[in-house]
Amino acid sequence: IMSLFGEVPQATPVAVFKLSNDFKEDANPKKVNLGVGAYRTDEGQPWVLPVVKKVEKIIVADNSLNHEYLAILGLPEFRSSASKIALGEDSPAIQENRVGAVQCLGGTGALKMGAEFLRRWYNGNDNTKTPVYVSAPTWENHNAVFANAGFEDIRPYKYWDAEKRGLDLDGFLGDLESAPKHSIFVLHACAHNPTGTDPTHVEWMQVAEVMKRRKLFVFFDSAYQGFASGCLDKDAWAVRYFVTQGFEMFCAQSFSKNFGLYNERVGNLTIVARDSDNLKRVLSQMEKIVRVTWSNPPSQGARLVAITLNTPELFAEWWDNVKTMADRVLLMRASLQAKLQALETPGTWDHITQQIGMFSFTGLNPKQVEYMIKERSIYLMASGRINMCGLTTKNIDYVAESIHETVVNVQ
Amino acid sequence: MYLLLLFVSPPPICCSSWWGGVQMGPPDPILGVSEAFKRDTSPKKMNLGVGAYRDDHGKPFVLDCVRKAEALISSKQLDKEYLAIGGLGDFTKSCALLALGADSEVLKSGRNITVQTISGTGSLCIGANFLSRFHSASRDVYLPKPSWGNHTPIFRDAGMQLKAYRYYDPSTCGFDFNGALDDISKMPEKSVIMLHACAHNPTGVDPKPEQWKEIADLVKKRDLLVFFDMAYQGFASGDIDRDAWAVRHFIEQGHNIVLSQSFAKNMGLYGERVGGFTVVCNDAEEVKRVESQLKILIRPIYSNPPMNGARIAATILNTPDLYKIWLGEVHGMANRIIKMREQLAANLKSEGSTHNWQHVIDQIGMFCFTGLKPEQVERLTKEFSVYMTKDGRISMAGVTSGNVGYLAHGIHAVTK
Repeated sequence: IMSLFGEVPQATPVAVFKLSNDFKEDANPKKVNLGVGAYRTDEGQPWVLPVVKKVEKIIVADNSLNHEYLAILGLPEFRSSASKIALGEDSPAIQENRVGAVQCLGGTGALKMGAEFLRRWYNGNDNTKTPVYVSAPTWENHNAVFANAGFEDIRPYKYWDAEKRGLDLDGFLGDLESAPKHSIFVLHACAHNPTGTDPTHVEWMQVAEVMKRRKLFVFFDSAYQGFASGCLDKDAWAVRYFVTQGFEMFCAQSFSKNFGLYNERVGNLTIVARDSDNLKRVLSQMEKIVRVTWSNPPSQGARLVAITLNTPELFAEWWDNVKTMADRVLLMRASLQAKLQALETPGTWDHITQQIGMFSFTGLNPKQVEYMIKERSIYLMASGRINMCGLTTKNIDYVAESIHETVVNVQ
Repeated sequence: MYLLLLFVSPPPICCSSWWGGVQMGPPDPILGVSEAFKRDTSPKKMNLGVGAYRDDHGKPFVLDCVRKAEALISSKQLDKEYLAIGGLGDFTKSCALLALGADSEVLKSGRNITVQTISGTGSLCIGANFLSRFHSASRDVYLPKPSWGNHTPIFRDAGMQLKAYRYYDPSTCGFDFNGALDDISKMPEKSVIMLHACAHNPTGVDPKPEQWKEIADLVKKRDLLVFFDMAYQGFASGDIDRDAWAVRHFIEQGHNIVLSQSFAKNMGLYGERVGGFTVVCNDAEEVKRVESQLKILIRPIYSNPPMNGARIAATILNTPDLYKIWLGEVHGMANRIIKMREQLAANLKSEGSTHNWQHVIDQIGMFCFTGLKPEQVERLTKEFSVYMTKDGRISMAGVTSGNVGYLAHGIHAVTK
């Protein structure tokens, strides 16, 4: 029979997941997966945070808990404590009752809710033509999230300087100056994905000054708080600075990485508004969007995070677990850089230790990346992005030698 | 004084808000009921609004098979790595098997694609957007009149046009079979028709098997795309196969349906958000193409679905002992509802009501369309603290042996 779906074309697979698949199928015992952004231990294993195991036991043992629906906007104690993580316990905005939040499915879900809201309500009732700027490069799903929310004009803003392997500040500021007023800018709160390159405090202040003057909308994506420096407060500096500058803004938070809760989809869209009245109306419209997307969010992950954040001893243990992960990444950075220097690999490799967070933009070009995959069974993104968590004390020599061989033999 | 006022400058631009133009969203009609119920101080108050199962003490019910599954899962010390975009394989396979049945030719030929979704709503959202993107032949979605309130905004938001077909007959509090057939016969070819697989929400009125057969024939003649919403499998009759009969019949008759499933009610996993979306394709090749596009749809919404609930559901469905316990518990929940229906009807009779309350017994599933008019509903709420939606719908799950007499008394008082 003629099918209604006869014309449905085969879509290209999402790159990062295809990479993982190819890695799985590779029979080379020396293979290394430096693709997907999930933390790994020095044994190359996923790590369920000790504090998470503890809290899971608490939840299982608590017979007073059930599986009833959460409210549309999610678990209240999760939302408020999550926002405090981003904005700080003593944030004046919180004290002024102008901070609200929507519990969402991971960082993606938070970006989605924010995008859908902005398209409907930001600058008039139809923002399909409002420009949305994402960094060049950025997380590959940013484009799709905003495009699917109806935005037709998604543009890059200059960010990564490939030549100097650092931030293109002039380009960034230039794009902020020339963007149409009211454009929406997606900013990475810390540990920029994929480059690992963050603006300094002074550079953030310059960005904020232009954004305020030109009335650009601030939409922070905060997926790695804690992962950059190992300190949650330090990593939130940019977000908090913008709040002190009086911005109304969104901050999409993910607890996938810093809680290791990847598959429970724990996210939070923090909303900073001018006042509580505006906040109330915003939240009421967010409810409408949530209702047609997932009705109400999943409870398990939010419960886990809420219990942890609201129990002092568990909170302290969590900070510790986060630091453990961040420290291992820092160690691998230092180690890789030292080995490449010792091998006298052509080029400079300081960017490996200067970059921040889970990822490093190695500077390897697509041909070199292909060589790494095909000849050395080392899997990384075509952009040259590697996940530092994929490195271990056991494989780092092999990786360093492979990079060396690749750079020398492939141009 | 006036001179001073002339020199007062307008508030600086920095003090105005981006959100000044955002209107207050209208309150959700069902949640509004719960809010009002919470504020009511009457000791006899009843919440018959929200559709979540309650035991005979009016308490939320965590299924024993769920607790056992959780203990099993906890002992396995699994990691928390991302699921695939389409979800947990163990779950999607057993989810499809539950709906389609072990004898399903569709399953044997591998011509279904089933993805894990954020419960029923998430499934409908994915489905509506998939149709909007790929069903170019028609923008029209026909909902039964009435249907679940959230169907309309979900499809509208996906860019579809909402239409309706006759379904509920207020004069009989039953199924308007002839009206439905008449409307279906006039639907343009390739339109999408939404069918509630069982336990129609909000009316509790389901077609009989012979009626389903005629509907299936007519739908095929009209060449319509069938979208089944099955949120209550097991919950309607207490038998999961009986409740899936309509879905399976349509497939056997050659309809390549799309199907939304929810495990919120039948496993009591409401807040864990467990659901599935299935597309029955022509063949395995088509499955690959459709699957790839579903992933493209899902990724920019939430990347991949939550593990916890799907893992619990998969464990129950795939562990014979737990599956058996589950079947018993679903049967138990459905039976309690059926018993409450019978008691309500009996009590109304003994109150002296002269109205025909047969529909209370004939309707099936969690909800009952009482036939009460808005003014009667208002009186029932004001004078008796019984909370329900304005359309006269009550959630039978909120009725217990302890309060069914009071409810009957109140209904009789406002209808005599």
